[in-house]
Amino acid sequence: MQATPLTEILKEHPFLEGFKPEHIQKMAELALEVQFGRDQIIFREGQESGLFFLILSGRIALEVSAPGRILRVQTLGPGEELGWSSVLGEGGKHFQARSLETVRALAFEGSRLRQACEQDPSFGYALMRRLLKVVAERLQATRMQLLDVYAPRAAKLI
Amino acid sequence: MAEAPRARLHFTGRAGLAQLIAALAAAGYRVVGPRMRDYAIVYEEIENVAELPVGWTDQQEAGYYRLARNHKETFFDFNLGPQSWKKFLHPPSLRLLAAERSGDGFRLAEQDEPPTRYALLGVRACELAAIRVQDRVLLGDQYIEPHYQARRRNIFIVAVQCSRAAPTCFCASLGTGPRIEGGFDLALTELREGFLVQAGSGLGAAMLEKIEHSPASEQHCREAEQLIAGVEAQIVRRLDTRDIARRLYEAGEHPHWEVVARRCLACGNCTMVCPTCFCTTVEDTSNVRGERAERWRRWDSCFTEAFSYIHGGSVRMSVKSRYRQWLTHKLAAWLDQFDMFGCVGCGRCIVWCPAKIDLTEEVKQLLAAPA
Amino acid sequence: MSSVTSDVMRPVRARVVSVVKETRDTFTLAVTPADGESWEAFQPGQFNMLYVFGVGELPISISGDPEERERLVYTVRSVGQATHALVSRRPGETIGVRGPFGAGWPLGAARGKDVLVVAGGIGLAPLRPLIYHVLRYRDDYVRLLVLYGARSPGDLLYRKQLAEWSRAPDTQVLVTVDYGGLSWRGHVGVVTTLLRHVRLHVGRTVAYICGPEVMMRYVIRLLEARGLAPTDIYLSMERNMKCGAGFCGHCQLGPYFVCKDGPVFSYQQMRPWLDRYEV
Repeated sequence: MQATPLTEILKEHPFLEGFKPEHIQKMAELALEVQFGRDQIIFREGQESGLFFLILSGRIALEVSAPGRILRVQTLGPGEELGWSSVLGEGGKHFQARSLETVRALAFEGSRLRQACEQDPSFGYALMRRLLKVVAERLQATRMQLLDVYAPRAAKLI
Repeated sequence: MAEAPRARLHFTGRAGLAQLIAALAAAGYRVVGPRMRDYAIVYEEIENVAELPVGWTDQQEAGYYRLARNHKETFFDFNLGPQSWKKFLHPPSLRLLAAERSGDGFRLAEQDEPPTRYALLGVRACELAAIRVQDRVLLGDQYIEPHYQARRRNIFIVAVQCSRAAPTCFCASLGTGPRIEGGFDLALTELREGFLVQAGSGLGAAMLEKIEHSPASEQHCREAEQLIAGVEAQIVRRLDTRDIARRLYEAGEHPHWEVVARRCLACGNCTMVCPTCFCTTVEDTSNVRGERAERWRRWDSCFTEAFSYIHGGSVRMSVKSRYRQWLTHKLAAWLDQFDMFGCVGCGRCIVWCPAKIDLTEEVKQLLAAPA
Repeated sequence: MSSVTSDVMRPVRARVVSVVKETRDTFTLAVTPADGESWEAFQPGQFNMLYVFGVGELPISISGDPEERERLVYTVRSVGQATHALVSRRPGETIGVRGPFGAGWPLGAARGKDVLVVAGGIGLAPLRPLIYHVLRYRDDYVRLLVLYGARSPGDLLYRKQLAEWSRAPDTQVLVTVDYGGLSWRGHVGVVTTLLRHVRLHVGRTVAYICGPEVMMRYVIRLLEARGLAPTDIYLSMERNMKCGAGFCGHCQLGPYFVCKDGPVFSYQQMRPWLDRYEV
């Protein structure tokens, strides 16, 4: 296997920690280097974006709009992932993603990742397992956000 | 009576008790002891022996308390009522401070006069132990509780040896009775013709000199020992305290807590009658014009929902968690906190629980494997 | 053990010197002794019971500089009747102070090591005296890492100081909010997400954590997963308090009195109790 700059970059990214070399190679074959300028909309809410990103540098905000305001619910930075739902390939995005500064990332088409999983189950297992971990961490963090731990609750003794 | 060489034991006739009360009063003590009120024996001011529950006894079981005549002329032929001596040492309500508005804010009023000097008449072995427990909590830890200290310093304790045990007593399991061991100024054992008397302190010895007494005879001592043996034989309830702290902590999620919780009303009776429970709350009040404020301390109970309230809600919302808190504190946490059990085996919590919850039974269930 | 003659239940009068609004509901009060002497020294992490005439008393962590003996400083969030009364005091008015009470942050534990401070919301207030101490005795410690999360940008405390601290040598300050608006270009996400952005030297780091209990539990879980030992993690607990001195019984948590044995505990002590519900 010939080491390309992409495999080296991928090896450094936490998402691929523990991946076998041949699986890293497969990811490298599917990867596309992308760059966003400041305040660019990467995908919009509802958009059927099929892209999954591994962020290399810069920060991205996930935003939701409600009447009268736009809420930033999470920021993602280097070493993190964006768009895991594209790997599942169902439905549109729940949030809008916006780059807060110049962002460099590796982009993957969700459909091609799914195809690779079908063709090579061992790769599929490694990828899905890693994605599950990402989703679990997000869920945990989101639940904590939901708890609204800082908000005082008005005293109401029954 | 605490085992003592016969040389240190004295005898006084039945009249000696009246003399003792008079001597205590003359020495400036306010004598408090058992009296009948509202069909229970409570602790109130005593001015003469006729006010004691002469010829009365009690019948107690879980959730049950009645008085009955014993057709004798006894002064102390009963066990414990719903009150304990903490009523005087750690009063149910106490003013902590008074403040007045002044130009630049407020000024604190001077401290109140020193409290009454009480003579406690009729303190049982388990109650002596309970006083020791509260001493440890309120005087023997990081800070000294000044109000308890002021009261405790000035007290005269006349212990009385139990002549019977209620079915709810389990002092023997906690090593607190039925025999009186120490912690008293004077100790009395009621015999057929009078009292065996023992001084337990210099103060007690001095008071003894003020009443008619003679050295105790062998017969008197034998009568007292037989009495105590009789009491020991009457104790039926047991609490196995071996390794109980660790086992109770580990039983934190035992399904039996739910079972007790369904019966428990969280009424807090147990904490009110318990002689060692010390929890209090504070109440700040001010007069209508906002010129004068007072801060009062009142007995509180861990069974109330508000007890563990912090912003947002109470930590212990369920009755289950509050019963668990009380029991675990009494028999486990207290050991970690104060090197002693919080329970003295007096059995009051069993008698005065409207749901008849018996902690000796509950502990058995909690330490057994879940069904 | 305190002296027999002192009455820990009797407040000392204090004069309010300043009341500064930190956020829409949080204020910082500074008080001096109303009757002469300077204040007793306090340990970072300790608290006072503060009395408002006619209203009542509250346990409030001290959040000022431990080496400043003229003023005691408290950051208070107005959430109810008593806290509202406290933050409504004007300079010149009198409040009552009892204490200081409690076990403070063990500062010696981190000598020669990295100090990791993780704060959520008002939890930064009891940690500020610790940060002052570390910055003053900088050579005793290696890196200082401050991770701070609040609900929204408007709820961040001590913003100017956070910026100052981040400029100190060998110091990293990361701030996040649960919800950000358009003008907030910093981190958004719960404070646990900040941990991903710091390198931790296991065995050479001591963590000091304060914030809502749920947040502290999650942070500790993550720190443990990163390899920190329970004896290298300290947290500040909170319970209902009526006396502050171990008499009223309200603050009990398992076998501990939060007012005497805490409010600062090592995770080693809290471990059997933190995950249990309703203790």
